[in-house]
Amino acid sequence: MARTFKEAAIAGIGATEFSKESGRTELQLAAECSLAACQDAGVDPRDIDGMITFTIDNSDEITLARCLGVKDLAYTTRIPGGGAAAAATIFQAMALVNAGVCNNVLIWRAMNERSQYRFGQNPNNMQGYTGGHGTGTLLWNIPFGAMTPASWGALQAQRYLWKYGLTNADLAHVCVQQRQYAATNPKAWFYGKPITVEDHQNSKWIMEPVLRLLDCCQESDGAVALLVTSLERARDLKQPPVRILGACQSIPFNVEVIANFHHDDMTVMPEARGVAKRLWEMTGLKPADMQAAMLYDAFSPHVLLQLEAFGFCKPGEAAAFVKAGGMALDGAIPTNTHGGLAGEAYIHGMNSMAEGIRQVRGTSVNQVTKKTVEHVLVSSGMAGAVLARA
Amino acid sequence: MTTPTDSTPSAAAAPKPTRIAPIVTPDAKDFWEAADREEFIGEKCSDCGRFRFPPRPMCPYCHSLKREYVKLSGYGTVHSWCMPRHPPPFGFREPPIVAVIQLQEGTRFVSNVVGVKLEDMKQDMAVEVIFEPTMGNHKVPVFKPRGQ
Ligand SMILES: [Zn+2]
Repeated sequence: MARTFKEAAIAGIGATEFSKESGRTELQLAAECSLAACQDAGVDPRDIDGMITFTIDNSDEITLARCLGVKDLAYTTRIPGGGAAAAATIFQAMALVNAGVCNNVLIWRAMNERSQYRFGQNPNNMQGYTGGHGTGTLLWNIPFGAMTPASWGALQAQRYLWKYGLTNADLAHVCVQQRQYAATNPKAWFYGKPITVEDHQNSKWIMEPVLRLLDCCQESDGAVALLVTSLERARDLKQPPVRILGACQSIPFNVEVIANFHHDDMTVMPEARGVAKRLWEMTGLKPADMQAAMLYDAFSPHVLLQLEAFGFCKPGEAAAFVKAGGMALDGAIPTNTHGGLAGEAYIHGMNSMAEGIRQVRGTSVNQVTKKTVEHVLVSSGMAGAVLARA
Repeated sequence: MTTPTDSTPSAAAAPKPTRIAPIVTPDAKDFWEAADREEFIGEKCSDCGRFRFPPRPMCPYCHSLKREYVKLSGYGTVHSWCMPRHPPPFGFREPPIVAVIQLQEGTRFVSNVVGVKLEDMKQDMAVEVIFEPTMGNHKVPVFKPRGQ
């Protein structure tokens, strides 16, 4: 294949159901979602020539390739940083297609992160804390009882809340909005189960006084896959192509994933600011040009921090922005319209990437209709992409 | 490394430590060995004099490989904090207060604040280091309100 620059597009999305017990192996989930993404695109899985997943995905790429009958794999890679990898998979798939080294890049993430193991429980091994998996400093937190992502996320969020005179009650509106979206999404774990501010405030403390149960994502079994190809080729496939207009990662000095305590100002997400800067420069667009956003929401405060980092509102104003309906379908930036990781499922952010694609295709169950969706921002904190109509 | 003071009556009467021992990586060995001696040390660049945490072989400011471990003041402020309620963290009889301590020397350190109730926690409150025992006869630095 001639190595000329090619525009990249997402041609297929695939997913399993989201549950608390899939009843099958992670490898099977990976194979099912990958096949579904290929079928959605109308691409023969045997023609996959690039494969990308998270470093902490348990399925081996070659074994998965042998499930799918992949004829001649040209490139594989894995991305570190837990859920921060979600949008980074799209970025790296784009780069491979742009560079002309791959034609059909499969992205997958498959996990029984409920029935088999749970990130939200005390660790029973240290594998997740080693290089490339979690972050470099997680081990330092363990003897002090900070053993879960919620504890690290809460330590970051507490200073933000304090700085702006907010409390846990101010986070409720993010959760209520996302559960409202989930309530009308048949694929969501919390389909038909909206919550009120009172429900949120009555849910038990996970990390007092920062995070309650309903501030946390819904740990789930399930899998999501995407198929990325060239824009030119995507035009001839089954679905309307979703252009990857821009995509990037950003990991500023002293920033870490979630245990993000060592950079200068803990009340901002420098990594999301870095992603925003690169994305807006790369695309020539601005926050007001986005018709929807999917923002990584392992915990509700991080939605606020990303809304601010990407410039949808000013520092410290996101809670009021959300309370006033900023994330709603008729709001300034409809956000996490599938219900987010808290409402639909926690597939490590990849289900949020899929929802961004559906919004561009016009096929979300909570479709933005007040304007034609031209551009959607997807973010996993340390990475992001602007997806666009072709 | 200090040996447990099992022979003293007060130690014999004290409940066995339940706190999990630090997980010691090669780059963190000096820090944790000092903690066992009840010394709270920091890694300082021998060339430009700046502190860094966590320990690493190279100074990110001047790229020097020369480094020294120096005793820190042990003073700091509570930069952020929370109390893990669910799941109850392994190794604690009562839920601890977990905090990011802003150290006087400029680096930050995740630890516990002891000797204060959750409702009495104040942002940026002054704290000082003390040591608590862990399983396996090790010690970790924790912080109490300064002067208490
Ligand atoms: Zn130096």
